Amino acid sequence: MRDLKPRKDLLDIEGLELPEIEYVLSNAVPFKQLFQRSVKKVPTLRGKTVLNLFYEPSTRTSSSFEVAANRMSADVTNFTVSSSSVVKGESLLDTIETLQAMRSDYIVIRHQAAGVPNIVAKHTGASVINAGDGYHAHPTQALLDAMTFREVCPDYQGRKMVIVGDVLHSRVARSTSTLFHKLGIEVGVLGPGTLIPSGRHEFIRRFRSWDEVFDWKPDAVYLLRVQLERQEGMFFPSIAEYHKMYGMNTERLVRMRQIGAYLMHPGPVNRGVEITDEAMRYERSLISTQVENGIAVRMAVLHWLKPETDTD
Amino acid sequence: MSESGDNVREAILSPEEISAGVADLARQIAYRCAGDEVAFVGIYTRGVTLAHRVAEALKAQGLRYPVGTLDISLYRDDFDNRGSDLPTLESSDIPFGLDGIRVILFDEVIFTGRTIRAALDGLMDYGRPAKIELAVLVDRGHREIPIQPDYVSTHIGTTRDQYVKVRFREDDGGEEGVFLETPRKVPTA
Repeated sequence: MRDLKPRKDLLDIEGLELPEIEYVLSNAVPFKQLFQRSVKKVPTLRGKTVLNLFYEPSTRTSSSFEVAANRMSADVTNFTVSSSSVVKGESLLDTIETLQAMRSDYIVIRHQAAGVPNIVAKHTGASVINAGDGYHAHPTQALLDAMTFREVCPDYQGRKMVIVGDVLHSRVARSTSTLFHKLGIEVGVLGPGTLIPSGRHEFIRRFRSWDEVFDWKPDAVYLLRVQLERQEGMFFPSIAEYHKMYGMNTERLVRMRQIGAYLMHPGPVNRGVEITDEAMRYERSLISTQVENGIAVRMAVLHWLKPETDTD
Repeated sequence: MSESGDNVREAILSPEEISAGVADLARQIAYRCAGDEVAFVGIYTRGVTLAHRVAEALKAQGLRYPVGTLDISLYRDDFDNRGSDLPTLESSDIPFGLDGIRVILFDEVIFTGRTIRAALDGLMDYGRPAKIELAVLVDRGHREIPIQPDYVSTHIGTTRDQYVKVRFREDDGGEEGVFLETPRKVPTA
């Protein structure tokens, strides 16, 4: 038993205290063990409702939350933008009011605009979980990344990870690097100059080439997805150019093996862009583990947050 | 009598009496389970210790029963009432199949019976035992649901607001004993 302040919402990593992070990560371990049983479900959230409110396309994250909620016996409703009244012009606050009337206990929200989950959280007694807002945050991704890294590096403090790719547009990079820094894991970045934010996070080491990365001997290399849908601004000349400069290819895989580095990726992968088919079969790839841990971490988050839905 | 916090504390079982209680449970189980395939499952934390102690006592008689562990936090019926005292989950570990065997569940104390209700639900998610029984060191009464232990070492008469605290040296920094704690009556003005 630990004395932690009850928390209603999970909006970002910056606002979390270390004991809370430890609490969620340590509870995720027994949740993951449930997956080995023939009955993978526990009755903890029986009678509770989880609303998946996705204003942006996402199959993985919304399914992961759905599986997590199902395994805790909660009822899940999926509310996606194409089928909702948002396209009919309903404002955010009106939507929130509608959701209030539905008496959901947990609202999982993804939105293209940063800060929307915070607004929703202020106007509802339900626990709000940010499943990605704009370029801001994706806290459950960061937690699952930390769980995955700590499984392979139990003595994680002082270990090193390099994030490769479009750091500028990545809420994953932001949340994950912040969390890893809080846990005492060193973080570096590599990517096109136009996609590496300047001035943000002085604790992050910048690399100019893969050679520099491998000389640093990171314990894990975290490839970001090239967000093809966000490249209207032409931040790099071409996909082929990106692949040549930053992709995980045969030659770089040899270096990965030499230093024994693990490979991570938040999914979904663009084969032939940030990663080759061969690299997808790398023996130290943690990509599937990340998916599995995502469910465990989200169960631990649902278990931890305390909705204020009883007092209206 | 001594005082701990706002409670008056009274020792009701000495370390020697606990050892005698463990031996007593072992005797009852050996007698009634002769010839059956038996496994023990302890409820976190002290039920696990009790199960291990009884299993150890039975080894002397050539009976080797495996011991599994069960954390019932996810099966409790008071999840909504959690305060700042958040439950830290433990990994349940039942490294043997439960189907068709005789399972004895262990807890150090039985009180309302709600913990055992949760444990039964949890246990059945691991398989379908031929039979489930319950062994406890102390039965302190005040059941709220119709669940009764099959093996009991000590019955203690208590009032509803008292606490029965079992301390095992493995779990409690070397302290060993069973204590009855009574809330100090605050005089009404």
